[in-house]
Amino acid sequence: MISLSVNGKKVSVNDSPDTPLLWVLRDTLGMTGTKFGCGMALCGACTVHLDGAPVRSCTTPVSAAAGKKVTTIEAMAASPVGKAVQAAWVKHDVPQCGYCQSGQIMGASALLATNKKPSDADIDAAMSGILCRCGTYNQIRAAIKDAAQSMSQGS
Amino acid sequence: MSAIFNATRRDFLKTSALAGGGLLIGFTLPGASRLAEAASAFSPNAYIRIGSDNQITVICGLSEMGQGVHTAIPMLVAEELDADWSKIKMMQAPADPAFNNPIFGMQATGGSTSVRGHWEPMRKAGATARAMLVAAAAAQWKADPADCRTEKAMVLHKSGKKLTYGQLAAAAAKQAVPTEVKLKSAKDFKILGTPAKRLDTPAKVNGKAKFGLDVRLPGMLTAVMARPPVPGGKVVSVDDSKAKAIPGVKQVVQIPGGVAVLAQGYWAAKQGRDALQIKWDDGANAALSSEGVSKMLAEGAAKGGAVGRNVGDAGAPVAKKVEAVYEAPFLAHACMEPMNATVWVKPDEIEVWAGTQSQGPSQGILGQVGGVAPGKVKVNTMYLGGGFGRRFAPDFTIDATLLSKISGKPVKLVYTREDDMKAYFYRPASVTRFVGGLDASGKAVSFSACIASPSIMEASGFMKLPADGVDEMAVEGIRDCPYDFPNLRVEYARREPGVQVWFWRSVGHSQNIFFIESFVDEMAAAAGKDPVEFRLALLGKQPRYKGALELAAQKAGWGKPLPAGVHRGIAVAQSFGSYVAEVAEVSVGKDGKVKVHRVVSAVDCGVTVNPEIIRRQIESAIVYGLSAALYGKITFKDGRVEQSNFHDYPVLRIDEMPKVEVHIVASTEPAGGIGEPGLPPLAPAVTNAIFAATGKRVRALPINTETLKQS
Repeated sequence: MISLSVNGKKVSVNDSPDTPLLWVLRDTLGMTGTKFGCGMALCGACTVHLDGAPVRSCTTPVSAAAGKKVTTIEAMAASPVGKAVQAAWVKHDVPQCGYCQSGQIMGASALLATNKKPSDADIDAAMSGILCRCGTYNQIRAAIKDAAQSMSQGS
Repeated sequence: MSAIFNATRRDFLKTSALAGGGLLIGFTLPGASRLAEAASAFSPNAYIRIGSDNQITVICGLSEMGQGVHTAIPMLVAEELDADWSKIKMMQAPADPAFNNPIFGMQATGGSTSVRGHWEPMRKAGATARAMLVAAAAAQWKADPADCRTEKAMVLHKSGKKLTYGQLAAAAAKQAVPTEVKLKSAKDFKILGTPAKRLDTPAKVNGKAKFGLDVRLPGMLTAVMARPPVPGGKVVSVDDSKAKAIPGVKQVVQIPGGVAVLAQGYWAAKQGRDALQIKWDDGANAALSSEGVSKMLAEGAAKGGAVGRNVGDAGAPVAKKVEAVYEAPFLAHACMEPMNATVWVKPDEIEVWAGTQSQGPSQGILGQVGGVAPGKVKVNTMYLGGGFGRRFAPDFTIDATLLSKISGKPVKLVYTREDDMKAYFYRPASVTRFVGGLDASGKAVSFSACIASPSIMEASGFMKLPADGVDEMAVEGIRDCPYDFPNLRVEYARREPGVQVWFWRSVGHSQNIFFIESFVDEMAAAAGKDPVEFRLALLGKQPRYKGALELAAQKAGWGKPLPAGVHRGIAVAQSFGSYVAEVAEVSVGKDGKVKVHRVVSAVDCGVTVNPEIIRRQIESAIVYGLSAALYGKITFKDGRVEQSNFHDYPVLRIDEMPKVEVHIVASTEPAGGIGEPGLPPLAPAVTNAIFAATGKRVRALPINTETLKQS
């Protein structure tokens, strides 16, 4: 049994320790908001936060998450940063197919949690590992800047 | 490709032909019985449900893959219904003939047909419901319907009386269905033409949107398959002892498509699949190589083929001859959501959960695979994590159906990224040979092209090569070229290297517009003329091409100075009923690296349904096209696909994203498509800019930066 803290809840899972966190979330815990894209940490669709830092859950063994705080897209509305990012995503109507957007939002929230006013270069550095085949990158950039501004205004 | 796919082609054809006879004209269909719910007080047709609580729901049979159809279709209905847009809900329809795509004659989403096909039927559906609501109100008030008007889901009488659609729903349901309704003229549109927000956004920012891969059923097994590493390969023997030893693995099943491991959850299934020891017979394609494919296609393009169009004498002597050979590779779609499907074969019914673009054909094919009538195949369309044509294919639903049938369990078949990349259904590779002729003044007087490529029509399973032997999709964009060449000849040389080809965003235009718009640029350079002026002189009979070209050139500041090192290229194309011109601003580094700084696009897609969705789709197609132009190629060696994941099949990232401007040509022409037409002009706009920057002509994609290095 491996004990985890997922979105503030303690859970225990029976999966083998080398099972990627992604599949524990999706198949064992039934939390399908985190997406499978590549299985090799190349596309970022599976991004979650581990103790606040963005990680690719498809290559993170569940054993590495034991005793740490796992945060997923399902809990984003509960954090002020996540809420601001989601609101900006809605305002800019960012998603098209939407499949990569959980990962994009997790990446953007992790960036804004540590960098209140990211530059274009900061956005590139934080987000270039998260692919979007619909090409929503310009809207993602605009939404991140918008979320940063709305947080600085305390709205 | 797989035996089962071939076996079901006939049925696919039969199903679509049958459906093709019944173009959807009537809209007063009773609708699918599954849609009848107690809550709906008024369902005048299959597409609208109005509850007594005043909730209006639009039911849409088209698949949402990012293109915004789940917003555009409700807009069409809501406009004529005079609904309150802020309260409209969208519901995905089941597979039912009521939802046939009028252009295809079957329920399917693709070919940028959704708005084009539904522009009138959906507005009529809304207008019909509105007329019945007005009739119900007039009856209640004992008033003349002519004294009633509608606004924001209410009927208002000139006396000031008003009733909501919800209050009228039950009475409206009893009204006679009008046989004719008057549609609004464009000047009265309140919803159409506005940048209405997408209805699917809220569910796509919180993880709640359900894609095919998110389906979970009680007792479900997850399957991961080993497929032949060479197209057409067969299993010789399987040792599954190691696979079966993995905890969670339940069953190993061999089907025509390969060997599947069924397990509890993806991870066990994937580990099981990786532990299979299979001996393969590679078959006839064991020596397939990209060099061989290129050679085969180049031979075809040089030799000539079936004549698709012949005007005047393209072979007559000219003052100056321009010749070039162009090539494009096989391409994978690389949707962000790998292919998958969940199927449950029950004793007398098959239930499917999938992100599919082809519900109608799926019913016919899967019914045959599972042994039930097409009407007994229930299709639950999930959100598609990208489609781009790939999800029109039946490979993943067929195999999931077989696995459920054999195991007796609901089965979710999942392609790993590597499986998805190597599963064929590629955009065809193509080689085209051009000869152009200029007269002494530099005027273009002749043009000939021979296009060599595999046939998508034959590969599709539901189309056949026409009697003239010219695959329409292999030559589209070149055969219908808009330029006023007095002598013109277009030929098609079909060559089949043995790879399953398929529809890929913008289909034949995806390579052919790169070819022709680059070659026309070569002709302009040979004539010593400006690329825009040269094209405009040949577009005298084509006002919409001309309009798009001029607007893009003007908005991009064509001819005006750019920052040092930045150069412009331009291209124009019509596809799927829409005209798009793009100007790319590009610089080429000393290392040959290509940087696209900005793309300025002008689009004439006829009447505007939603300008913001139009802009986003053009931008989306630019990104998809730029990924392909810079990086995209599927290559073969020893019969095997050499690419596997995003490290060797790179796609554009946010740090490479150009600025994009999209300008919409104001138009009252019929609606054109919008999901695909932004793609074709992108590659030639970029490579023409590379020519402007370096004097080097890029004649093959992806762009080979080695050849652009400055020594």
